[in-house]
Amino acid sequence: MTSPHTHASPSTSRVMQWVVAATLPGLVALISFFGWGYLINVLWCVLVAVVTEAAILRLRKRPVGFFLRDWSAVVTALLLGLALPPFAPWWVSLIAVVSAIVVAKHLYGGLGSNTFNPAMVGYAVVLISFPVAMTTNWATPLELLDSPPGFIATLGHIFGFAGTVPDAFTGATPLDIYKNEIRAELATTLREQPVFGDFVALGWEWVNLAFLGGGLFLIWKRIITWHIPLSFLASLALMSLLFGHDPDQAVPVQMHLLAGATMLCAFFIATDPVSAATSNRGKLWYGAGIGVLLYIIRAWGAYPDAVAFAVLLMNFTVPFIDYYTQPRTYGHSKPKRGLPS
Amino acid sequence: MREVFDFPGGIHPPENKRRSLGEPIRQIPLPEQLIVPLHQHIGEPAEAHVKDGQHVLKGQVLASSGEALSVPVHAPTSGTVRAIAPHAVPHPSGLKDWCVIIEPDGKDQWQELAPCADPDTLTARDLLRRIRNAGIAGLGGAGFPTGFKLQASEKQKIQTLILNGAECEPYITADQSLMQERPGEIVSGLELIARILDPEECLIGIEDNKPEAIAALQEAVKDTRIEVVVVPTKYPSGGEKQLIRLLTGKEVPHNGIPADIGVTCQNVGTAAAVYRAIVHGEPLISRITTLAGGALTREGNVEALIGTPIRHLLAEAGYAPQRAARLIMGGPMMGFNLPSKDVPLVKTSNCIIAGTEKEFPPPPPAQACIRCGMCEQVCPMELLPQQLYWFSRSREYDKAEQFNLFDCIECGACAYVCPSSIPLVQYYQHTKGDIRRQREEQEKSDRARIRFEQRQARLEREKEEKEARRRARAEAAERKRREQEKAQQDANGAVPAPAASGPDLETLTERCDKAREKVESFRQRLSEAREQTPEAVPKLERALEKNEQRLKAAEEALAEAQENQNQAQGETQ
Ligand code: SF4
Ligand code: SF4
Repeated sequence: MTSPHTHASPSTSRVMQWVVAATLPGLVALISFFGWGYLINVLWCVLVAVVTEAAILRLRKRPVGFFLRDWSAVVTALLLGLALPPFAPWWVSLIAVVSAIVVAKHLYGGLGSNTFNPAMVGYAVVLISFPVAMTTNWATPLELLDSPPGFIATLGHIFGFAGTVPDAFTGATPLDIYKNEIRAELATTLREQPVFGDFVALGWEWVNLAFLGGGLFLIWKRIITWHIPLSFLASLALMSLLFGHDPDQAVPVQMHLLAGATMLCAFFIATDPVSAATSNRGKLWYGAGIGVLLYIIRAWGAYPDAVAFAVLLMNFTVPFIDYYTQPRTYGHSKPKRGLPS
Repeated sequence: MREVFDFPGGIHPPENKRRSLGEPIRQIPLPEQLIVPLHQHIGEPAEAHVKDGQHVLKGQVLASSGEALSVPVHAPTSGTVRAIAPHAVPHPSGLKDWCVIIEPDGKDQWQELAPCADPDTLTARDLLRRIRNAGIAGLGGAGFPTGFKLQASEKQKIQTLILNGAECEPYITADQSLMQERPGEIVSGLELIARILDPEECLIGIEDNKPEAIAALQEAVKDTRIEVVVVPTKYPSGGEKQLIRLLTGKEVPHNGIPADIGVTCQNVGTAAAVYRAIVHGEPLISRITTLAGGALTREGNVEALIGTPIRHLLAEAGYAPQRAARLIMGGPMMGFNLPSKDVPLVKTSNCIIAGTEKEFPPPPPAQACIRCGMCEQVCPMELLPQQLYWFSRSREYDKAEQFNLFDCIECGACAYVCPSSIPLVQYYQHTKGDIRRQREEQEKSDRARIRFEQRQARLEREKEEKEARRRARAEAAERKRREQEKAQQDANGAVPAPAASGPDLETLTERCDKAREKVESFRQRLSEAREQTPEAVPKLERALEKNEQRLKAAEEALAEAQENQNQAQGETQ
């Protein structure tokens, strides 16, 4: 036992629990605008994650209870549940979660040693493998449905015992629709479609604001720092203003910021500390990189949303960023740069 | 008001200071035995001058050293030396070290002291000598010999002399009680130190959680040029580097010392000890220490003799062993666990904590580092503790150094906030130790390699020189032969040169060269031996002498032969 002899502040489990708590407003918003699919997804993902984690820990001969209690598997699963399309069939989420836990986390040596954001690895795996399921299973806002599906019906659709999901319930995301249809139409005409609602995209703006709120709470609790969210959102907005300032040609900036998984990414995914850059300055670069990549893939790529790819690509650059963004240490006239010589 | 700067990071652990400030400083009665370690400071240990069974007086020198970086050790009371032997000492390693064990005679009889009522009459040199002879070593915790530090600072111009009264560690109030009760001693001590260093400004840095001490000092510095500077409470503001930044905005350069930027820093307790040493002539034989923790019924500050067993101090403070879970010397942030209660109080012991299980619960098992960066946000040295941890764990020592591991002051702020309860400081200490060892080995093998290369180069050079000389000789001989032939032809039937008696010139030159080479090589070997194998020196010296004589003889023979020849040639012509 050495110094220090006292210890304060929350434990890692507590940190993870706060992260879970901070996603709740967003989850509630998702459920209230888009139905039970999100809740079912989240619970299903968590269940799969905990079982998978326990199995792997047993295989690796690690104390199961001790490591399960770090809650990290729960957070990974939760993020996947929030990010996957709500009507995605159960096996899609299962594959996503298992890849996240087994491949992205444990094959890299377990919590803390993973290079890539586990949730996003899981997401990318299913996005590449099942592009159709991942594009068409987004929920139509409940407001627009005459008879929204109830909990049991949704459960039935996801687990396939109630037949396929009726077409009315599902569709593409507003981001996807805008991007594809703006080529043929003017912004004003396009915006008349009910999915865009009165502000940005029906329901999505509130969902994003709810995640924003949860994220600010985490910053206030000092569980995350402001660097990644701010540089990420700023660079995304900047890219959008630079390359897509005309709403008749491209997705407008407010939609980039408030539709899709933007705020979830800004405060909960990109900030995953394990796979993010280390120093404060490094985090600024890292966040900015995600913003730029996210815009590029959203604007010019074929995928409806690009959070997963943007984050994973920046994960690659982390070691490099870390070597070049060391803070200047006390007593040194300038920071050290690059690899040890 | 003076501008107070800030340092990045830092933490606010619960202070727990009030509990030991209830009573004024108490005196601890004489223990049955005093255990005085010979090595209580940074630097060379002192050597014992007393013998078993010898009677000593209070203040008598027990041990000293001729080294500059060392301080003497004095008898804390009068009594009989019972042993000079290894004994458990307060050190994190738990190792034993040499101690003088004294049985007090109860008379507490001082040896004759040399007080100085008017220190203004003393020169800076006298002041320094008195400080050194009084055995003063930094009372703040590190124990750096004060005289040495002041002397080193004297060489560089000191602008700012700082007294460190921040005392930022939780629980510890030894300096605070001293500042409250004896501010005059501190201020006088500071003025004496200022006489030595002649700084432009004298500051006392103190955290704003000690209003009584601030008031007392402010009262005491009236009519002096000393300024009491109040800094915000934040751990580790009492770290030397942090306090310097707080008060001056300057930073001690990497690998440098405060004097490099014209600053020197002393602890308030050290200043008081300087005052007592110079004005009263008393060596450092006692100190104020805080006894705190839930396992004590009478927490507080005590003045105790150096060498008092911790067991004795604890008994005086109402120690309840059944409640004690941990015994710490120093503060809860940077202190270390005491292996036993038999270790003595030393010059650097500012606090002893007997904590209960509730105060110091055993640390939860470490979880994985999630790179949350909380450690980074609190590091006062602006390091990346999580990177240092990862590199320490994976033994990538070059990377750890690249990330400035050696600038870590081991303050423990990072480990304090780490949500995964990773013992970060332990990792850093371990890695630093490993790197130091590696460096030493590297240095050793480098030295050996350089020696080998030098030797190799020397042999090479000698060979070449020899070759060159041989060639030169051959040419000279050739030339001479031709000249002689020519002369003979010129002389046309003149008397042939007399055959040289004894060895001819060439052999003589060769002998001479050989002897010279030998002398050279012996000289070289001798100088090498002086550095590495002193036992071989006399033998080599003798050999060298003999060879020098031989060389001289050879040279004489050669000169003679040359003369003969010249004469012969002269005659021939
Ligand atoms: S505080 Fe602990 S868990 Fe967090 S980054 Fe630092 S070492 Fe890792
Ligand atoms: S122990 Fe070292 S790394 Fe940790 S906070 Fe203190 S200086 Fe920084």
